[in-house]
Amino acid sequence: MIEEPPPFEIVRREDFSDVTYLLEVRHPEMARAARPGQFVIVMSHEAGERIPLTIADFDRDRGTVTLVIQAVGKTTREMQRDLVAGARLHALVGPMGEPSRLDGFRKVVVVGGGLGVAPTYPIARGLKERGAHVIGVIGFRSRDLVFWEEKFRAVCDELILCSDDGSVGIKGLVTLGLEQAMSAHSDIDEVVAIGPPIMMRACAATTRPKGLRTVVSLNPIMVDGTGMCGGCRVKVGGRIRFACVEGPEFDAHQVDFDDLMFRLARHRAAEKVALERWQQGCRLEAQAVPARA
Amino acid sequence: MAPKKRTIRTIPPERTAMAELPAAERARTFGEVACGYALEDALRETERCLFCPDEPCVRGCPVGIDIPGFIKRLGERDFRGAYDTITDTNLLPAICGRVCPQETQCEGVCTVGDTYAPVAIGRLERFVGDMAIGEGWANVPYVEPNGLKVAVVGSGPAGMACAADMAKAGCAVTVFEAFQQPGGVLRYGIPDFRLPNTVVDAEIEKLTRLGIVFRANTLVGRLFTIEQLVGEMGYDAVFIGTGAGTPTFMGIPGESLNGVLSANELLTRCNLMHARDFPAYDTPLDLGRRVAVIGAGNTAMDAMRVSLRLGAEEVLCVYRRGREEAPARAEELHHADEEGIRFHWLTNPVEILDDGSRGVRGMRCQRMELGEPDASGRRRPVAVAGSEFELPCDTVVFAIGTNANPILGQTTPIALDARGYIATDATLRTSLDGVFAGGDIVTGAATVIEAMGAGRRAAAAMKRYLGLRDTDAVYQDAAPDGELFGIAAAERNYARVRVA
Repeated sequence: MIEEPPPFEIVRREDFSDVTYLLEVRHPEMARAARPGQFVIVMSHEAGERIPLTIADFDRDRGTVTLVIQAVGKTTREMQRDLVAGARLHALVGPMGEPSRLDGFRKVVVVGGGLGVAPTYPIARGLKERGAHVIGVIGFRSRDLVFWEEKFRAVCDELILCSDDGSVGIKGLVTLGLEQAMSAHSDIDEVVAIGPPIMMRACAATTRPKGLRTVVSLNPIMVDGTGMCGGCRVKVGGRIRFACVEGPEFDAHQVDFDDLMFRLARHRAAEKVALERWQQGCRLEAQAVPARA
Repeated sequence: MAPKKRTIRTIPPERTAMAELPAAERARTFGEVACGYALEDALRETERCLFCPDEPCVRGCPVGIDIPGFIKRLGERDFRGAYDTITDTNLLPAICGRVCPQETQCEGVCTVGDTYAPVAIGRLERFVGDMAIGEGWANVPYVEPNGLKVAVVGSGPAGMACAADMAKAGCAVTVFEAFQQPGGVLRYGIPDFRLPNTVVDAEIEKLTRLGIVFRANTLVGRLFTIEQLVGEMGYDAVFIGTGAGTPTFMGIPGESLNGVLSANELLTRCNLMHARDFPAYDTPLDLGRRVAVIGAGNTAMDAMRVSLRLGAEEVLCVYRRGREEAPARAEELHHADEEGIRFHWLTNPVEILDDGSRGVRGMRCQRMELGEPDASGRRRPVAVAGSEFELPCDTVVFAIGTNANPILGQTTPIALDARGYIATDATLRTSLDGVFAGGDIVTGAATVIEAMGAGRRAAAAMKRYLGLRDTDAVYQDAAPDGELFGIAAAERNYARVRVA
């Protein structure tokens, strides 16, 4: 028989804002296997695309993994519309990639920007469990986009909350929070930064003058996620590296962020077509509903 | 009067032609190119077999199919008998009949071939396989369960062949696949116009009737390790057949431009993810109008012919050696030629050129000439001084081979060879007790039937390891030699035949 896939059932859905949502998915084997820093690939339906998402949390007792997603393109907006509690993913595979290094650090700054706040959480927790002094720096555009502040407070020795508009925490980008942490502590072993490429590039620039070891998690375009297609190749230290099997974490000071950003825009035209076509379909559907009623 | 004994003088000298879609028509669709034999074609072709006593074709087949036996039954219109004969050794005739490189295997050593074109064994095998699918035949032997559990990692040709043999020996077999559908390279790699996915589905369905369980969306090594399989999960033996690894690029400037991709990415997006049906399917491909494919192996031919069908106006093949040295099957080269691929032999790219917005506007290439033979015995291509020129194109596809997939090495203390492939002994045992490996993850890129042969050899060794009586004497235990189609396995910087 072709075994029916494990149901990949969504057991909980939480909306952080109009565009950001959380899916907690049942997959007991993956909950046991997952380590901080790893990612999964998801297909929401049979005709869907395979999209990589960094694991935002895993709960071995509940047998679940948690994903935090931003609705930007056709696939993620369609998922936002369709994936309510009780719905099922068509495919969920992982955990993929090399886990974060957590051992051997005494003091670490964990920086999360926007959506990147989510995947930094299990790293902060893992570091804390191993006895490190964890300084969290999390940044959002404004107060109404903030999520998981309490979860971070529970695993961080210090937490610096930043907002672009100053509506919560300190006013400024996460790099300002990172600078504050760096000036208050001269004995930081490592900085982990996850967020949009432009934010990770800024964090790398902030720590570079001090030669402070800095790790970023890259999110290039992928198809299989198992080291076969080469779509995820990134330039690190002038060499081609495959983020799916050699990453996703790399030395921030070696990463060519411009190259990453250009490559992320590779399918922009097609993505626009898909989104417009989908929105058109949604509008037609919305118009059709009263007619049927 | 008794019928005369068949001799080379009495058989039809001409090989029976197989209908093909006309090149102009097929080059824009994914319909299967080779239409297959009609019944009368197949019967006529069986008349060309001499049933020679030494059966060179059987020895030429990596899985040792009783070729004269099935041809004889087919000629007698005993179609089911022909199918039963093939499936004694090969459960996937509809696939192998299409994709094996018969010209270097069974047909390459056919006695008739010394005088005329050899018997079209592959076409006959496909005829029988297709008939079995059409008629819904499947040979499901009664197998007494022996209580042993076998895990197969990877559902491509090597894994399928190993799984089939272990299931027939009475083991409970589970095949793990990382993609959302099983089939491996047969599904993501080989395009529908050479091997329709409906044929792959039908052949997999037959394997499930042997009791084999396919489990998709399962990345072994990461979701659970090989040690967990043989430990807490209770598997008695494991076969690793994970296939191709990371694509090779050349290391020339411009490789990270948008519009540069590997053949594996192009084929996976198109075949597995249906990018050809975008936007009805969500996966995009964004192929350009003038596509240059680097390499001249079978994967390169597939990538070129897929590009044509996706609407490219012009598709170029760029290869640093000459046509004679191209590793693709003659038939694939011929099909690509017919469909209008422009070949640039003895041409080597040295830089991919930026169009100003991180796309591709062309490649700077140099002309090559063939010098002294290198380690592989082929003449080494040497750059012609002052021969650089620009070749305009907007998409560049690399089809120059693959490297070892690192995942199992990262997650399991298993011995690897110097190139990162899984190290095995001649019986395909790895350094871990009860764990066997075969196919591309051991040899590097090879063919579907070679992977199947490896899967079967590993199954034979696995049965001995498990103390099962080997009920099948047909296995060929010879170690694979160091060459594929006369190409040294050590050479990597070109498209070796990966699927054929």
